[in-house]
Amino acid sequence: MKNKIYFILLIFSILIVSCEKDNFTPPSSTLSGRLTYKGDSIGVEFNQVPWNLFQTGFNKKGFIADTFAPEGTYSILVFDGDYKFTIPKNQGPFLWKELTSNSRDSVNVSLRGNQILDIEVIPYYMVRKPSFSFMNGKISATFDIEKIITDVNAKSIQTVSLFVNNTRFVSSQSNQKLAQVDLSGAAITNLSNISLSLTVPNLPVAAEKYVFARLGIKITGVEDMIYSSVRKIQL
Amino acid sequence: MKKFIIILVVFLGIDSCNSDKEFLNVPPLNILTQETVFNDPALALSVLGDLYNRAVDFTSLKTGWLSFTDFGESFPSDGSTVSNTTWDYTAWSLYEYGYVRDLNLFIERIAISTALNPAEKSRFIAEARFLRAQYYFEMVKRMGGVPLITKSLVFPIGGDITTFQVARSKEHEVYDFIITESEDIKNSLPNDANTKSRATKAAALALQCRAALYAGSIAKYGAKTPLVSLPGDIVGIPANKSQQYYAKALSAANEIIDGKAGAYKLYNSIPNLSENFSAIFYDKTTSNKESIFVEDFKAYAGKTHMFTTNTQPFSQSEEAANSDAGRLSPSLNLVQSFEKLDNTFSPIETINSDGTPMYYSSITDVFKNRDARLAATVILPGESFKGKLVDVWAGYILSNGTVFTAANSSVLRALPGTTENVQVVGSDGPVDGLAFRTQTGFYNRKYLDPIPQSGTRGRGSDLPFIRYRYSEILLNAAEASFELGDFSKASFFINQVRSRAGFTIPITLNSDNGFNRIVNERRVEFAFEGHFLFDMKRWRIANSVWDGSKMTTTDLRSNIGIATKRNTQPFGLLPYKYFNPGNVNHGKWLFKEVLPGRVTGALNFRNGNYYSQIDPLAIIANPKLLKQPNQ
Repeated sequence: MKNKIYFILLIFSILIVSCEKDNFTPPSSTLSGRLTYKGDSIGVEFNQVPWNLFQTGFNKKGFIADTFAPEGTYSILVFDGDYKFTIPKNQGPFLWKELTSNSRDSVNVSLRGNQILDIEVIPYYMVRKPSFSFMNGKISATFDIEKIITDVNAKSIQTVSLFVNNTRFVSSQSNQKLAQVDLSGAAITNLSNISLSLTVPNLPVAAEKYVFARLGIKITGVEDMIYSSVRKIQL
Repeated sequence: MKKFIIILVVFLGIDSCNSDKEFLNVPPLNILTQETVFNDPALALSVLGDLYNRAVDFTSLKTGWLSFTDFGESFPSDGSTVSNTTWDYTAWSLYEYGYVRDLNLFIERIAISTALNPAEKSRFIAEARFLRAQYYFEMVKRMGGVPLITKSLVFPIGGDITTFQVARSKEHEVYDFIITESEDIKNSLPNDANTKSRATKAAALALQCRAALYAGSIAKYGAKTPLVSLPGDIVGIPANKSQQYYAKALSAANEIIDGKAGAYKLYNSIPNLSENFSAIFYDKTTSNKESIFVEDFKAYAGKTHMFTTNTQPFSQSEEAANSDAGRLSPSLNLVQSFEKLDNTFSPIETINSDGTPMYYSSITDVFKNRDARLAATVILPGESFKGKLVDVWAGYILSNGTVFTAANSSVLRALPGTTENVQVVGSDGPVDGLAFRTQTGFYNRKYLDPIPQSGTRGRGSDLPFIRYRYSEILLNAAEASFELGDFSKASFFINQVRSRAGFTIPITLNSDNGFNRIVNERRVEFAFEGHFLFDMKRWRIANSVWDGSKMTTTDLRSNIGIATKRNTQPFGLLPYKYFNPGNVNHGKWLFKEVLPGRVTGALNFRNGNYYSQIDPLAIIANPKLLKQPNQ
C-alpha cells in the first residue's frame, strides 16, 4: 500500500519536473565564418585575437566574447536576433574601419537561422604562395610576402619565422612550437622568394612521422602575428 | 495535556500585558545601533579594526604562500605544474566598491558623532582616509583610472540610476587624489615610529612617496608601450607630468629621511648582516625602527597566518605528518641576481671555462662573497634554520658522470663498490616533482618565523607583513633623484641600503648604469614583498621580461643585472656530492642548473595585462566605464 503511494508520488513528481514551462528552448542558430582579405583566409594565433558579439535592445551593454581559431575561423551558437560583431581595438594583425571614438566599427548581423559571415579585414601583410618541403632532415619553406597596407598606417616587418610543432596548434607561443627559425625584417630586401629552413627537432612521440609547419610575420608595433595556413609535413 | 494548554495560555496572557507601545521600544540586546557605536571610542575603534583587516595587499601573509609564487621568481612545490603561458586578463583585477563605501560611511558617521572628542575624531577620520587612499592606490596600479567615489551614495526609491553611474577618472587624477589625501591627513596622524599597525604620519608619507614614484614612472616610461592607452588618459599619464611626480616622491621621502615623521632608520641590530636582514621581518620589538606600516598578527588571539606552516623546511616541519612544509621554492633566477661583494654580477659558478664542472670542498662555498641579503632571503643549501642544518642535496655524481639518487631520502641505497645502504638524497630535497620539499634547491627564509610552534597549524605564526619600510623610502628617494638627474644624491641613497647588505665599495650611479642598478636593487631588496610585478609594470618592461619564450641555461647565465633580462621560467640549482674514491675531488660538491620538470610553460605578459580587466558585469551595470585597452 505504502509503496504504491510512493510510486504514484514519484510518477507525479516526474511529470511536474518535465513540465514544458520550466524548460527554455536552447539556442539553435549558428553564426560562423572566418577572417578574410579578398577571399583569402587570415591565420592567427590560438586564443590571442578576440571578437565580441553584442546584442542590442535589452538595455544592457554586455557582450559575448571569444577568440578566433588558428585558421581565423569563429563559430557561435546563439538565438535568432539582431547582433553587432566587432573586434576590440589594437587586436589582430590587421586594420578594420576605425571610428573616431574609442571603438571599432561593427558589422550588423541579422540572424535568422544558421548564417555564415566572413569578416573582411585589411591585414598589414599576407604570406603568399607558401610551399614547404622536407629533405635531408631539414624542413624548408619558400614563400612571398605581400605588403598590403602601404599608406600612412604602414608598418615594417620585425621578424618572419617558421614554426614547427607536433600538433595542429603551431604558433609563437612557447607550448605550441618545437622549433623555430627567425629572419629579421631588416634582412629582407626582396619580398618574394624568401626561404627559411630548420632541422627537424626531436619529436615527443618518435613513432609519429609527421610535423606541422607554419609561417608567421611579426609586425613592428603590433602585438598579434599574422600566419600562413598550417601544413602537415610527412617525414 | 489540557492543563498545560491552559497554563500556556495564561502565561501568554501575562506576557502580553505590557502595552504594545512600550514593547516596541525595548532596545534590542543583540544589535549595537549606529549611534552607540560611533559615540564610543572603543566601539568605533573596533569598526575601524575591521576596515584595517579588509585592506588589500598584492602578496600578503594573510592570503597565503601562493601569493608569493609566480613571475619566474619562485616555484610552487605543492605538486602543481607551472604551465602558465599567458596570464588571463582578469589576473590581479580589483574592483570592489563595497569597501570604499564602508570607508566613506565610517568617515561620515565619525564626523557627526557628538560624544567623541575632537582629537579622537580627527585621528579616526584621518585613518579611514588613509585606508581609502591606500585602497585607491591598490586599484589604480592594477586597473588604471577608476571612478573616484569619496562619499556614500544613497539611492532614493524611483531615483535616476544614471546619476549614480560614475565614469572612470583619469589615471593621474587618481594618483593626484592619493597624493593630496595623504598630504592632508599626515598631521592628523600620530608622529610615532612605534605605532606600526595603525596609520601614522610616516605611513601617509610612505604611501604618498610610492604613489608619486609610480605615477612619475608611468608618465616617463609609458611611451615605451604606445598601444597601452585609452583616450582621455583613462590609463597612462602624460609624459610632461613625470618630473613633478618624481619631485613629489623625493620631497615625501626626504620628510621621512629627515626625521620629521618619527625616528626611522635602517635596522642594524645584529652584527651578522644576513641574520640582521632576516630579523627586520620577525623582530616585533621597539628596536625595529625600519618597519613603518605593517599588517600585524597575534598568536592565541585569533589573528595568525599559516605562512611558516606552509613553507618551513620539510625536515624541521612541525606539521610533517600532514605534509605541510616547503611549498615555496625561490628560483635560481632570483638567487643569482644578488651581486658579489665587489659590486659585480655573476652567475652562480658551476662550470670552468673548459666546460668541466667546478668542485667545491664546502657546499656553501659556491655562494661565497655575495650580498648578505641572499642568505637572508633564501635558505641556501648547507645553511641552517632555527639552528638546525637544512639538508638540501640532490644526490651523488659518479665517476662516469651519472647521477646516483633516490625517490626520497628514506630510500637507502648502497653506492657502487660499497655494501652499506646510505642516504643518497637530502631529506629536504630536491627531488624533481617531489612536493613539499624544495625543487629548486632553495627555501625561502624571508617571513619564516623562528619562534617554536609557529609552524604548527594550531598556533600559526604571528610574524607581521611589512607594507612600508624605511629601506623602500631610501630606494624611492634614489630612484626619484636619479630620474631628476641628481646622480650623486641617488648614489648616496642607494649606497645606504647597500652598505647595510655588506657592500663596502660604494657604487656611482650614472645615466648608463642607473636604471639597471635601481631595478636590480629593488628586485633583491624587496623580493617577495609584493613590489616586483608593479615595478615591472610601471617601468613598462613587463612585456620584455616575460616575453613568452622559453629560457636556456645560457639565457639564464647571461645579462644578469640587466633590467629587461628574460625571466619566464623558474630554474633551480642542484647540489651533488662527487663519488669517485681515490680521485682528488672525491667527496667535494658540484652543482647543476636545471629547469624543474614541472615547469612546462613560459610566461608571456601581453599588452592587455598592463591593466587588468574590469568585470564585464560592472560595465553592464555602468555603461560609462571604458573597457581596458588591448582586451
